[in-house]
Amino acid sequence: MTIENSNEKHEIRVQPIENGTVIDHITAGQALNVLKIIGKPGTSEGIMSVLINAPSSHGKKDVIKIEGREINAQEFDKIALIAPNATINIIRNFKVASKKQVQIPEHIEGVVKCVNPNCITNSNEPIKSNFTVNNENRYVFLRCDYCERIISENIADNLL
Amino acid sequence: MRFKDFDTISMKDFSRDMIDHILDTADKLEPIAKNEEKSDILNGKILAVLFFEPSTRTRMSFETAIKRLNGDVLSLGAVDASSITKGENLADTIRVIEGYADGIILRHPKEGSAKMAAEMTSTPVINAGDGAGHHPTQTFLDLYTMRRESRLEGVKIAIAGDLKYGRTVHSLCYALSHYNADITLVSPKELRMPREIIRDLKNRGIEVKQTDSMEDAIQDVDVLYVTRIQKERFPDPAEYQRVSTSLQITTELLKNANPDLKIMHPLPRVNEIDSGVDFTSHACYFKQSFYGVPVRMALLSLIMGCIE
Repeated sequence: MTIENSNEKHEIRVQPIENGTVIDHITAGQALNVLKIIGKPGTSEGIMSVLINAPSSHGKKDVIKIEGREINAQEFDKIALIAPNATINIIRNFKVASKKQVQIPEHIEGVVKCVNPNCITNSNEPIKSNFTVNNENRYVFLRCDYCERIISENIADNLL
Repeated sequence: MRFKDFDTISMKDFSRDMIDHILDTADKLEPIAKNEEKSDILNGKILAVLFFEPSTRTRMSFETAIKRLNGDVLSLGAVDASSITKGENLADTIRVIEGYADGIILRHPKEGSAKMAAEMTSTPVINAGDGAGHHPTQTFLDLYTMRRESRLEGVKIAIAGDLKYGRTVHSLCYALSHYNADITLVSPKELRMPREIIRDLKNRGIEVKQTDSMEDAIQDVDVLYVTRIQKERFPDPAEYQRVSTSLQITTELLKNANPDLKIMHPLPRVNEIDSGVDFTSHACYFKQSFYGVPVRMALLSLIMGCIE
């Protein structure tokens, strides 16, 4: 990976990965929130590299590389909620085996905690949180199926 | 139209045809609600009334509705005398009660509790208020009151008070969207209706007007719907005093109002409506409270499958 800086050309020490996942086009500033989803202790022993505010054709973006682990469908859904333009590249033997843009799910269960402390899902009842996902031109907001409270700006803070 | 075993959780579950059918049925049952006629419609049916929060009107009007139709009421009684104090959760309580009753009327402090309860049982659940969430039978009686005392189709209505947290007002607006209502919202800036609700209403073809002047709002409306402003929403008592006074309805204010204006309030009121207004032809809130009986009779009879 290279970056132009005045007349010099610096090589950044982010090497290509042999096997793993590259999450590209993460909304600038959201990489650390994406790490909360994929970087939980024990999920991978490989190296993770994070680029924040990297230049892109549309301004700035964040990028994450994870060595030795392919992310799963549930992580995919969670990432879509906070970085709706992200692309997920699965790397096998140094080659891109698949490349997909995240799909914003229509409905999520047990992924996000309702922000309403008085919601029935935040009690000792045997139910999971459920949200209907609204996507207006990639502006994502969630509506709780039980109490109808809306979460829009702090989704990452409420991921389970 | 099939009502038998239908769960009554939110007004959004009801189409215009369904609402009209409930109101038409309430019309037919009103003489029974007034005890002018006798009825056995709910004979042999047991309705569990589970109230986990205090209530006067809702609980008593449900129980009156059941008794006027000769049904039986199974009451949870005081929460502190039940298994709830032993730590039993609502899901378990519902699954126990379904073995005893033909229908469950539930009021619970948690939002979404009625929806969860309905998921736990095949016995029909009627939401009698879930925290600050839905209260559909209140909306049915509000619509019925408008139809009986003013007009419902194309009604010009001003809705005043706490429009931010007052979710029964949101349910009422959704229901009025079926009836081409002309809605004006009257509230101070800090208690305005959330923009998501206004956007939802717009998507249903209803444009609402907003103002903070009660005097302007009541010039040309059929109905003024007043709700209680809760003191606890205001950290500063002086601010509460200022806001509640600015929206207070007095006989003086009503001098220039439409002579046919009807004033509604879900009650209890605190100081939103001056007691002098009670003796004017505008006051409609005590009749509104009574209409809870025929409306709840209608709903219960349809859901129990005792009438079609």
